[in-house]
Amino acid sequence: MTAHRQRPTLKAARLTPRDILHTGSAGMRSRPLRVVLSALGIAIGIATMISVVGISASSKEKVLQELDKLGTNMLKITPGDDLLTGKKIPMAEDAVGRVARIDGVEHVGGTGLLEHSVRRSEKISEDITGGITVQAATEGLLTTLRGQLRTGTWLNKATGTYPAVVLGDVAADRLGISRPGQRVYIDGQYFTVLGILDDLPLSPEIARSALVGWGIGKSMLGFDGHPTTLYERSADAEVGKVHSLVARTVDPQTPRNVNVTDPSAGLQAKAATEGAFSNLLLGLGGVALLVGGVGVANTMIISVLERRYEIGLRRSIGATRGQIRGQFVTESLLLSGLGGVAGIVLGAAATGVYATSSGLPWVVPLWAVGGGFGATLVIGTVAGLYPAVRASRLSPTLALHAA
Amino acid sequence: MSGASPHPRVADSGPVAPAPVPDRAPAPVVELAGVTKEYPGGVAALRGVDLTIKAGELLAIVGPSGSGKSTLLHIVGTLDRPTAGSVAIAGHDVGRLSDRKLSALRAQHIGFVFQAFHLVPGISARDNVAEGLLYSGLSRAERHRRAARALERVGLGDRLKHRPHELSGGQKQRVAIARAVVGEPDLLLADEPTGALDTSSGKAVMQLIHDLNQEGATIAVITHDTEIAKMLPRQVRIRDGQVVQDSAAQGHVRTRIRGDAP
Ligand SMILES: Nc1ncnc2c1ncn2[C@@H]1O[C@H](COP(=O)(O)OP(=O)(O)O)[C@@H](O)[C@H]1O
Ligand SMILES: [Mg+2]
Repeated sequence: MTAHRQRPTLKAARLTPRDILHTGSAGMRSRPLRVVLSALGIAIGIATMISVVGISASSKEKVLQELDKLGTNMLKITPGDDLLTGKKIPMAEDAVGRVARIDGVEHVGGTGLLEHSVRRSEKISEDITGGITVQAATEGLLTTLRGQLRTGTWLNKATGTYPAVVLGDVAADRLGISRPGQRVYIDGQYFTVLGILDDLPLSPEIARSALVGWGIGKSMLGFDGHPTTLYERSADAEVGKVHSLVARTVDPQTPRNVNVTDPSAGLQAKAATEGAFSNLLLGLGGVALLVGGVGVANTMIISVLERRYEIGLRRSIGATRGQIRGQFVTESLLLSGLGGVAGIVLGAAATGVYATSSGLPWVVPLWAVGGGFGATLVIGTVAGLYPAVRASRLSPTLALHAA
Repeated sequence: MSGASPHPRVADSGPVAPAPVPDRAPAPVVELAGVTKEYPGGVAALRGVDLTIKAGELLAIVGPSGSGKSTLLHIVGTLDRPTAGSVAIAGHDVGRLSDRKLSALRAQHIGFVFQAFHLVPGISARDNVAEGLLYSGLSRAERHRRAARALERVGLGDRLKHRPHELSGGQKQRVAIARAVVGEPDLLLADEPTGALDTSSGKAVMQLIHDLNQEGATIAVITHDTEIAKMLPRQVRIRDGQVVQDSAAQGHVRTRIRGDAP
């Protein structure tokens, strides 16, 4: 040490981020229980919000996954009602082929409704239909519907001409049929069951049907060959175009007699409603968050009061007002940030438990995690600013006055 | 560096280098002129104090309780500003400095020792001393190296890892002194450093202060204890906010002593 160093300028040194973190966490390290209690409010608020958003996102994801599997590129074509007679106007016999020739159409299937009932045996009354319809089906129907067989095989060229039948899953359950080879009774004769379909969420009417080949329908069951429903699948990008062409193709004279619908529309609407979360619950989370913020502010004010000596000491060692402010804002940010992280983990876990128990995929949207954490940082800054300014304005001498 | 150079440029190396013995008087470390401090409510704690402290001095500021000693220390230490008068520390006119510059002045030039130690509980002696350099701009590793050296200097080289509650009162005060000198300040200010200690610990602390001064440190000790004051080379007596006697007055023309008859 020499005679004093007469330096031309005095410059306060900057703290490194690590030192800022060190001073900002000093108060927390000495009082862990208080940290937990004051971060709890924020944790509860964030956890509520994350789980509200997460559960609805998971439900939506479930529907979306289903939609993805089933596709939104299928159209269902049915005859319209005659305005005068109120009867269905039959579609042309070659309607399947016509639709298949439309640009962009990839698969077409058709069914023709038959006025028969299907029973386990002749001993059961004909009146007991069980809600099951008998329909003739084209070979392409299964591919068009993206249907799967639960067991057995689908109709083909050969089996389509024999008294053989494929049952929708609902139909099979109602008939009490569980495996191929069993027989059902249609219009005075027994048909052998070839296969049973898996569930078909987009075409429940097929799930309730007993399907026979187009040929056998004509030869044995009095089918006139006019399809009553067409199913068409195209590339996703072509759906709109095909939709506009299909009616004209099926009935060039009176296209308005043809109904074209999108069976996935219902599921799409469902996805939207599942994705809409309850604003009330979200609001509750917001209130919890606000209360948590007040808790943090309160803790910070107490912390500043308790640490007057430390503040005075730091000022005597050379801390600037700004550095004292920074220390307490950092502490507040750490407190609320900790609550935020705990809340995100809790909320994600709650979503996980709910999703697993109700068979949903586990989805926690990233925007909710980011938004939640961002909110805690804003709360931490706001809650810490006033106490920090107070701390920085404390007179260093007052702070050091007799301990 | 050797303190023999008359025009030192680089200022830091070893913790305490010997004080220079200059031919001509160096600029004083502390220069107070007409300093008055009135607290809100009308209490005049200081009334026109003139005080000059030169480099390498060891002085006692002594007076009864309530005479204004602590107030004087706060003003010399730039923790508080006077109501009137001028304060220059290490050549810097304190009245013209912003908070940031004042803080830098404290960080670089002044060390404090308090009666109540003010150690941070729960952290080691070494970390407590290293805190004394936190606002110096030195790296973390360097702060810890210097803290260990400073603790060795005050005779606590074997207590680096002890936390305050594991130390005696005398040891705590020595840790606090290490924290005050670790930054090699131009001026060490001690407010009743033995006030909370038993007699023998107090003696050891005063011995340490003497030793540090021998090694070149400029030290002002505030005390109400005339016995302690007598042991120091210079005594400044203060009563009712005024300097009533300064043992160095004869050598310092500029120091005005109100109690003295001409
Ligand atoms: N912050 C303050 N506000 C008002 N009066 C104060 C304050 N600090 C000290 N004083 C008064 O100033 C006078 C000097 O106090 P102080 O400097 O602490 O004396 P000492 O340290 O010699 O005991 C006392 O009368 C005291 O009551
Ligand atoms: Mg005092």
